[in-house]
Amino acid sequence: MASNTIAGTGEKQQTLLGADELILNMGPQHPSTHGVLRVKLKLDGERVIGSECLIGYLHRGVEKIAENRTYQQFAPYVDRMDYVAAVSNGLGYCEAVEKLLMVEAPPRARVIRTILTELQRIASHLLWLGTHALDIGALTPLFYCFREREEILKIFEKYCGARLTTHAFRIGGLQYEAHDTLEKDVERFCKAFEPRIKDYEDLLTQNRIWLGRTKGVGILQAADAIALGATGPVLRASGVKWDIRKAMPYAAYDQYKFEIPVGATGDTYDRYMVRMEEMRQSRLICLQAIENIPAGPIMAKVGKVLKPPPGEVYHSIEAPKGELGYYVISDGTVQPYRVRIRPPSFVNLQSFDHMVKGHLVADVVAIIGTLDIVLGEVDR
Amino acid sequence: MQEVTQATMEFMKQYWAPLVCGLAIVAVLPLIVGYVVLVERKIMADMQARLGPMRVGPHGLLQPIADAVKLLIKEDIIPDDADKLVFWLAPVLSVGAALLAMAGLAIGPAFQIAQDINVGILFVVGVSAMGIFGIVLGGWASNSHYSLMGALRSSAQLVSYETAAGMALVCGLLFAGTLNVTSIVEAQRNQGIWFGLLAPVALFTYLVASIAETNRAPFDLPEAESELVAGYMTEFSGFRWSLYFLAEYTNMIVVASVATTLFLGGWLRPFSETRWLNFIDFFPPLLTAVIGVYCLMRTPKQPARVQQLFMLAVAGLCFAVAAVLASPVLVPIAKPSLAAAVRPFYAGIHGGFWFIFKVSAYIYFFMWLRFTLPRYRFDQLMRLGWHFLIPLSIINVLLIGIAMIVGVYYHLNGWRLLLATLPASIMALIIALFILALDQKGEAQKAPSRAPDSYA
Repeated sequence: MASNTIAGTGEKQQTLLGADELILNMGPQHPSTHGVLRVKLKLDGERVIGSECLIGYLHRGVEKIAENRTYQQFAPYVDRMDYVAAVSNGLGYCEAVEKLLMVEAPPRARVIRTILTELQRIASHLLWLGTHALDIGALTPLFYCFREREEILKIFEKYCGARLTTHAFRIGGLQYEAHDTLEKDVERFCKAFEPRIKDYEDLLTQNRIWLGRTKGVGILQAADAIALGATGPVLRASGVKWDIRKAMPYAAYDQYKFEIPVGATGDTYDRYMVRMEEMRQSRLICLQAIENIPAGPIMAKVGKVLKPPPGEVYHSIEAPKGELGYYVISDGTVQPYRVRIRPPSFVNLQSFDHMVKGHLVADVVAIIGTLDIVLGEVDR
Repeated sequence: MQEVTQATMEFMKQYWAPLVCGLAIVAVLPLIVGYVVLVERKIMADMQARLGPMRVGPHGLLQPIADAVKLLIKEDIIPDDADKLVFWLAPVLSVGAALLAMAGLAIGPAFQIAQDINVGILFVVGVSAMGIFGIVLGGWASNSHYSLMGALRSSAQLVSYETAAGMALVCGLLFAGTLNVTSIVEAQRNQGIWFGLLAPVALFTYLVASIAETNRAPFDLPEAESELVAGYMTEFSGFRWSLYFLAEYTNMIVVASVATTLFLGGWLRPFSETRWLNFIDFFPPLLTAVIGVYCLMRTPKQPARVQQLFMLAVAGLCFAVAAVLASPVLVPIAKPSLAAAVRPFYAGIHGGFWFIFKVSAYIYFFMWLRFTLPRYRFDQLMRLGWHFLIPLSIINVLLIGIAMIVGVYYHLNGWRLLLATLPASIMALIIALFILALDQKGEAQKAPSRAPDSYA
């Protein structure tokens, strides 16, 4: 039963006019909570003096399911966590199990994985940009973003037949050989994408209203970001140059040149700029990768039945939203003993309360948007 | 009984024109609003690289009717905790005020319900501001937090921006010297220049303030979807909701009409007194004819027989309107003896066209902004209103007043009055921007600068 107190703000606070605070329930059915997030806000007029995120509306027990499936059977489930970046989820899981099995995917598979994962990053950021702009009231960027995202989904569809929950990779490599036109499709998309990013920036970057709505809103200092465990663009916008693609390269990232954009102040505008630049960098990685896709097998030698030796492994990748980690324990049987997932959205959401205090209701939706959470991943 | 009938007949004889106009407005306005919404969705679709409504009728032309039917047959829900009477009354109040404001407007020299009321513009502005009661009461009566916040935002917004809008109107009224709607347009004919050109800053101020008053993006905070779900309308559904919707769009038409009347020459053609530009009179029939030809060209491309017939009907309608619009222009050329006879028709028909054309352009601008700009935050909205628009409009009134005195002194009129008013407008803008800059400078000093933490 929902009581009228919010954790951490139990004591009576001084409001501007000495009136009672207003408790506002935002969600789980609300246009801009990006799914089923429920935020309990304590308001003084329109100013937020306390907040509490209530999650779990989309809890499906993904980690428990893993304990009752074989390693291969569980792979499609991870696609349903961050359902706007299914390819990245799959990559993380496959690589974690490969580490447990002590095999490595062949070079060709790793390059194709990199291409698809970077396309997925662009798609995820496009969806973030569209919905974030929509939250702040700009209707039009959403449709432009979806137009480009559609092109990426078409490439996925050509590759593996699925658009959203792709299950594109297998443990040990790939199931499908790259389709004939993969390089051409990716190249065409990358060529077309460059001017399109400029279109979005024309609509937003120098827009005075956009600047007013994002600059200085939801500031997250670097020390706070680290203390709260924030990763991904949220951390980088605070000025910390930390990207797992560079720090602990996986797939084929060590072969490509790319920059890690960082922000200075850690406000919503910086996070916007960091993600915009990340899309450009991902595009460059894709262009470099299609230059030279090595020939060879796409599948490492793994058996039909996977029985990793007893042991445990933690493997994390740089998902579009931050560090996505899998902690897999094997007891030597065909099913994992335990799979613990570190979802970036869930951890980044911790900083919400810190960022939102003292801002107005309108900023709450801007901050939810800028954290780029997907509730499927928060609740699992 | 006979006396009553006779009295009624007398009344009808005396007031038939306003009655017909009133009936036309009440009966036709919901339909017009429906089509304004359709046009808005089509423009939005065009700007967003998609098609918009295409299913109901050819190119979605019957969509408004389908929407209206849907809204009418929806279940009528009144929340348990709501104040039933106020909840019932609020949308009626809102739409009533909006429709009443239409009464004071003149679409052509003859098409006006409340003919020749001496406070014309004041009546329109005052009555349309009453609509805010519907919004505030509706938001309060819903007994929901979102509604309440929407209502509060709406009232604060109206109070702030009505001041700026009023001051902008005063500028126009200074030139007109009257509040009567018909006389204002006549004054612009006599001056030979629209007041919007004489006082561009006032037109700009009114434009911005009227967007805020009608709760349109980027000032649509009272119904900000991503923040307050639907603001004051959150708990309303079905027919009650559609009344609010009707009120909002009617208000848009009202503010656009006020701006057209006062700043854009009402029903006057551009350069109405310049003889050698008379060929502009061919523009209205040509425009409608071109639309008709376009419909005709699209007809074979329609997938179904019914849709082809519908398209033909639309084309026919366009040609009929084109013929009506063309007749006052062509008849005097063909038969000079009839020139005097068609003169009143010319004023009525072409006046109506130009008025509607200007109102449409004004509303198109509203829509354009809506699809381009993000939404302001509440404190930014208030700052824009109180720190920029209100000082700007007040300074502008003062300087335009001085310019008019200068104009009288040097016997400037018509286009030559620009010599005095244009510098005044520019000066007002500069002073207001200066005030804004000072204001922002002070704020920057107040706020402690947070140095970026960059140990990483």
